[in-house]
Amino acid sequence: MNNMGYPILTFTTFMPLLGAIVILLLVRNNDNLARWLALAASAVTFVISLPLMSSFDKTTHNMQFVESKPWIPSWNVNYIVGVDGISMLLVLLTTLLTLICVVASWKAIQKHVKEYMIALLLLETGMLGVFVALDLFLFYIFWEAMLIPMYLLIGIWGGPNKLYAAVKFFLYTLAGSVLMLIGIISLYYQGGHTFEIVKLMGQPFPYEFQFWVFLAFFLAFAIKVPMFPFHTWLPDAHVEAPTAGSVILAGVLLKMGTYGFLRFNLPMFPDATAHFTVPILILSVTGIIYGALVAMIQKDLKKLIAYSSVSHMGFVTLGIFALNVQGLEGGILQMLNHGVTTGALFLCVGIIYERTHTRMIADFGGLTKRLPIYATLFMIFTLSSLGLPGMNGFVGEFLILLGAFTSQRIYAVIGTSGIILGAAYMLWMYQRVMFMELKPKNEHLIDIDWREAATLLPLAVLVFWIGIFPNPFLSVLHETVRHLLDQVNAHSQFTASAAGVLGNIGFGGR
Amino acid sequence: MPSFSVHEMRYIVPELVIIAFGMAILVLDAFVPKDKKRWLAYLALVGIGIAAAQTCGLRMEHVTAFYGMFVLDGFARFFKLIFYIAAALAILISVNYVKVEEIERGEYYALILFAVSGMMIMASGADLISIYLGLELMALSVYILAGFMRGSMKSNEAALKYFLLGAFSSGILLYGISIIYGVTGTTNLRGIAAFIQAGQFSRPALVLSMILMAAGFGFKVAAVPFHMWVPDVYEGAPTSVTAFMSVGPKAAGFAAFLRVFTEALPSIQADWTMIIATLAIMSMLIGNVVAISQTNIKRMLAYSSIAHAGYAMVGFVSGGMQGISSVLMYLFIYTFMNVGAFGVVIMLRKGGMKGEEIKDFAGLARKNKTAALLMLIFMFSLAGIPPTAGFIGKFYIFMSAINAGFLWLAIIGVLMSAVSAYFYLRVIMVMYMSEPESEFDLASNPSMKLALAVASIAVLYIGMYPYGVISLAINSVAGL
Repeated sequence: MNNMGYPILTFTTFMPLLGAIVILLLVRNNDNLARWLALAASAVTFVISLPLMSSFDKTTHNMQFVESKPWIPSWNVNYIVGVDGISMLLVLLTTLLTLICVVASWKAIQKHVKEYMIALLLLETGMLGVFVALDLFLFYIFWEAMLIPMYLLIGIWGGPNKLYAAVKFFLYTLAGSVLMLIGIISLYYQGGHTFEIVKLMGQPFPYEFQFWVFLAFFLAFAIKVPMFPFHTWLPDAHVEAPTAGSVILAGVLLKMGTYGFLRFNLPMFPDATAHFTVPILILSVTGIIYGALVAMIQKDLKKLIAYSSVSHMGFVTLGIFALNVQGLEGGILQMLNHGVTTGALFLCVGIIYERTHTRMIADFGGLTKRLPIYATLFMIFTLSSLGLPGMNGFVGEFLILLGAFTSQRIYAVIGTSGIILGAAYMLWMYQRVMFMELKPKNEHLIDIDWREAATLLPLAVLVFWIGIFPNPFLSVLHETVRHLLDQVNAHSQFTASAAGVLGNIGFGGR
Repeated sequence: MPSFSVHEMRYIVPELVIIAFGMAILVLDAFVPKDKKRWLAYLALVGIGIAAAQTCGLRMEHVTAFYGMFVLDGFARFFKLIFYIAAALAILISVNYVKVEEIERGEYYALILFAVSGMMIMASGADLISIYLGLELMALSVYILAGFMRGSMKSNEAALKYFLLGAFSSGILLYGISIIYGVTGTTNLRGIAAFIQAGQFSRPALVLSMILMAAGFGFKVAAVPFHMWVPDVYEGAPTSVTAFMSVGPKAAGFAAFLRVFTEALPSIQADWTMIIATLAIMSMLIGNVVAISQTNIKRMLAYSSIAHAGYAMVGFVSGGMQGISSVLMYLFIYTFMNVGAFGVVIMLRKGGMKGEEIKDFAGLARKNKTAALLMLIFMFSLAGIPPTAGFIGKFYIFMSAINAGFLWLAIIGVLMSAVSAYFYLRVIMVMYMSEPESEFDLASNPSMKLALAVASIAVLYIGMYPYGVISLAINSVAGL
């Protein structure tokens, strides 16, 4: 069953938990030991997750590295984990970003270091679990359990308004998730008393059932993405979270929403997907434009990047609901890109915040004079974020717009304007921070050190790698995406005649 | 016809053991010096342990004894298990607390044991009369416990309020029993069911009797609109008694409620389903919403306990083996998490510190990481967040509701548990994210540590490996 000979996904998922337990038991008032142990745990996790990429079989759409064990037989709940092309890439993104976050928090976190590292590692286990779970019950456990460490990260190590932000984050996400729980239980009974995700895909559920359960899942994921108009928790959470919290939030947590669409909404409720495509596309392009416009007027760097996330995630959902190969592959790749680029931008903001204790754009200016290396790296990520050709953002956005253009022309046209706006707010921000006059109080600033460079360089490499040679990343997606489209089309064509108008609107381009 | 023989005494050995230990404690209390009273607590624990061993030993499937007054089945055994755990944990968290409150007297433990024996009779009652006797035995003991702090106005108020309203609700229950006796000519649950089955009865009278009994039991399980007493009594009673009351008598109330309605009144299930569904919705709504505005943690937990009665009633409404076993499992899990939460509240009570306001928890995480972490676990469990037992309990409840076609109840339930997260989170927030306002000097002692360790391990273990408890709950309702 498992082509590795050992339970690689279980090891990867629970290695951080093991690290957290070791830190809990071993560390007594020794912050450095906690840091080194967390680094070791996250590094080991990253290393043992690498074979997922190298041993990945690109020729099949089946779940890989599958492990299956009974867990709660009375409810037919099983511990099933496995990955396909989509989740494999997200697992690697998670293990890489967590490792980087541990390094990035080395000096920024001085209070309760032991507890911080434990929370970060528990969060990693939660996130990995969400991506590898192939049992709905297991998925939901990880999905909700993950809220606890993130809530604590924002609430304990956050900024001045952390309480409000932490509670808002928790309640928003929870409120969205509880209805998904109802959906999950309904699926269990409708789908033949099973929580197994693969078995629930492609079942001919009645349309009305699909409609409601699609909505229940959609709400949970749309809040997580966050799609306009469910995004209001995001700026608060980002601004108040510590740097690593923002990186994880932007890099991984937001991806869970779009991952949920891909894993559940599309393959399980194809008829409902066809029905909801247009409204979701409208929300996507609204998010693209709205996020970009709001980002433009922000005075706080973190808020600016937070709103840019709303815009970028709008592209992702635009690509996914284009419902063709280019759109889906572009959307998935853009999930990865957004994790890399936005994660890196938050790290950059964190670096400058540690030096100046401000994030206001007005407090900066002329930083190129004092921090040339920093400014160069920041430039790379800025350009990647606005989608300069040769960098990762371009590949993703290009594919998304190509896909959207073939199936839903009008939304592609509107979405494209988001790229122009993106260039505007990113370049304007860069100009105000890096060029112009150097403020006297910033005279003494020193450039980044090796540790800080080490957090940014791997991401810079990825920016160019995906930008210039995306094939290694796209090739693992081909089979998965093709299979996903088969599942979406199989049923929606079946009901296309019944749904009449919907079929014409939703699939006019294919 | 059932008959009586001396051999039947062996079915009530656990009850006899509990009562014997209670009386022994009363007598010994006169001889135990003031500074050695905690040995009485340990003696009570021994009694509970022996009774538990006896209950586990009585593994026959389904026995009716004492002219059909007493039944020993999986259902009763499961509830007795809950009572033993509730009483044992309550005694463990009391040992130091009663000393601090200067109410360390032997009767305290004896009364807990008498209450437990009453609850056990309720769970095993196969006749309305024996159920009523058990209920009164339990209630009278708990009335006294609620007023155990004789010098405290609030405690006296709590006891008086509890007693008056409790007596009133007992009267209503008894009225319902008398009507059903008038209609069917029997108080035996199976007899009532058989009579109704035969079809010669006055339906309005039967429904009236059912409503009156629902009101009586609704009072005991603290369901809205019979909840008026709960906040005041929970606040005024000694905290350890509150902890016990919120799990033991509530579970016993559910035991009798479930037994009477499913065994005696299955024929009018459609009628009582609507009534209990209404109680469930009101309890979840009012319990959770009002809890948000509480500043006193005991009052907050009181409203939370109302809300949890609402969740349990969702399982009750769902009915069938699945629904009833979900109630059983929920009450089992609730026992650990709620007593655990009260345990941490008690730890804050020391010397001049009252520790009952939520703001008293400010900065607890700085001073005592373990206590704060435990409270965090219990709060998340009460909120129903995985991987804690609270989630498993709620999941099973909502699962049976959806399976039984009560989708709307499940939706209200999950939305209300999202609301509840707000006030449980506030406690965590205050503990972890606020600066300490006062010096903490936590009252911690071995028995408290043991109770909290047991509760927290149970909450986490059931949260991750619920299989054993689920199977036990399902097997327990098999004979019902």
